[in-house]
Amino acid sequence: MIKSIPIPGIEDFDKPYWENCSKQKLSIQHCADCKAPRFPPRHMCPKCQSLNHEWNIVSGDAILWSFVVPRPPLLPVFENQSPYVVGLVELIEYKNIRIIGEIKSKSDIDSIKIGDTLSVRFKKINNEISLPYWVRE
Amino acid sequence: MLKDQTAIVGIGETEFSKSIDSTELNLACKAIKIALDDAGINPDQVDALGSFTYEETPEFEIARNLGFGNLTYWSQAPYGGGASCAAIGQVAMAIASGIANVGVVWRSRKRGDPSSRMWSHTNEHIFDHWKWSRPSGLVRPVDESSMLMRRYMYQYNYDRKDLASVSIALRKYANCNERALMHHKSLTLEDYMNARMISDPLCLFDNCLESDGAIAIVITRLKMAEGLNNTPAIIHSYSQGMSKEHQLMTHYHSDDPLESSSYVTASNLWSLSDYSPKDVDVAQIYDAFSPMIPFSLEAYDFCPKGESLKLINEGLIDVDGDLPVNTSGGSLSEVYLHGMNLVTEGVKQIRGLANAQIRNAKLALVTTCDATPNAAILLKGE
Repeated sequence: MIKSIPIPGIEDFDKPYWENCSKQKLSIQHCADCKAPRFPPRHMCPKCQSLNHEWNIVSGDAILWSFVVPRPPLLPVFENQSPYVVGLVELIEYKNIRIIGEIKSKSDIDSIKIGDTLSVRFKKINNEISLPYWVRE
Repeated sequence: MLKDQTAIVGIGETEFSKSIDSTELNLACKAIKIALDDAGINPDQVDALGSFTYEETPEFEIARNLGFGNLTYWSQAPYGGGASCAAIGQVAMAIASGIANVGVVWRSRKRGDPSSRMWSHTNEHIFDHWKWSRPSGLVRPVDESSMLMRRYMYQYNYDRKDLASVSIALRKYANCNERALMHHKSLTLEDYMNARMISDPLCLFDNCLESDGAIAIVITRLKMAEGLNNTPAIIHSYSQGMSKEHQLMTHYHSDDPLESSSYVTASNLWSLSDYSPKDVDVAQIYDAFSPMIPFSLEAYDFCPKGESLKLINEGLIDVDGDLPVNTSGGSLSEVYLHGMNLVTEGVKQIRGLANAQIRNAKLALVTTCDATPNAAILLKGE
């Protein structure tokens, strides 16, 4: 089993996403022609089939849509962190854009609940990848 | 047209165990020979094969071990738990359309050893869609399923105690089935509530077994089936399904993530069929994780959204309920072979020879994984 966390491979169509994350900014891919937003990032606009895309910075503020608390057996790096909380968050600015990220809370993780309001933070993995995670306000 | 043109005429199962000292190819050969003998068909009559893209025993090895003749059709269906009914449906279509005459579909798998867990082979760099979830610690299929279950519980006001009824119902069936891995182990609500959590809100008993074994089935045209050994399990209707914006195992980005690809399969399956959900006597619902049963029951329109767990708690899926489900114990309590045991159990029910036989079972639904692109078949007796 791998020792590190699995690291996202950067591809042409999602490079700006990771570049923005490294600058502590969350961005959402939009079609450069019809302007429709989409997540996860991809090559082609599913609305108008354009291959042109652009990126809009968002606040990262989100509502917790659901979450889980993984317990062993896990990859070693996650087993060491367990119990931790992984959530699916819905962005305030885009109701149907949902992103996976770790959920951190100053108080006990048992008090985390669906509907909690969250703000985004970034954890640096290496020079190219920072992962977004969310904290309870 | 595919409707009622073909039938499952033979089934073969090896022993099921946590660990079998044999290769997947050896197990596949055994299961296929048992299925052909069950049907009363000579291996040299087989001219079509269907398997899973995850299957590691190649068609040519199967064919030259079993002594098949010249093959004219083979195909593989993708997406693991979503594949069994798709592989069967594709072979049935090949036979119905005249490309071939006798088809074998098989799955052989050694998954009993914990080192064979697919998530444990996660690469250091991820280039597929899992790059959007695994780096954050959502690594295993159970985590991916648990995410949707917690949302479902929140939306419809359920808790773990309600979900327990799924695993407990299936365990009771396994207790009646000597071949089930969990045959001798009872499961009470107290056992369930005290079980260790695997991905909260899912606990150990919400997970399928890890097991070794192989299963094969034989398909022919209905006309040929009528001269063979067994009551044919007629393939009445079949469909695959993949919903808009679907993402494999992490179907989180559509308008309603609780509306899975099963809704697409179900809608097309019923429209191709002469029957409706109320006509189904017994259902075999893919159950790598327990939430897939309530999710699928709603998708296949056996009850309104949000009501399945309440009905399961009231006995819906029990042997004397309105819709007995996974009557061999399913993947949770019989064996986990990517759902092929659900197919053979559906056939046994149609033949009237199941351990927990549902009286006068004439129509059996078999489904595949709710969390992947999937497929289903509706089997009927004569």
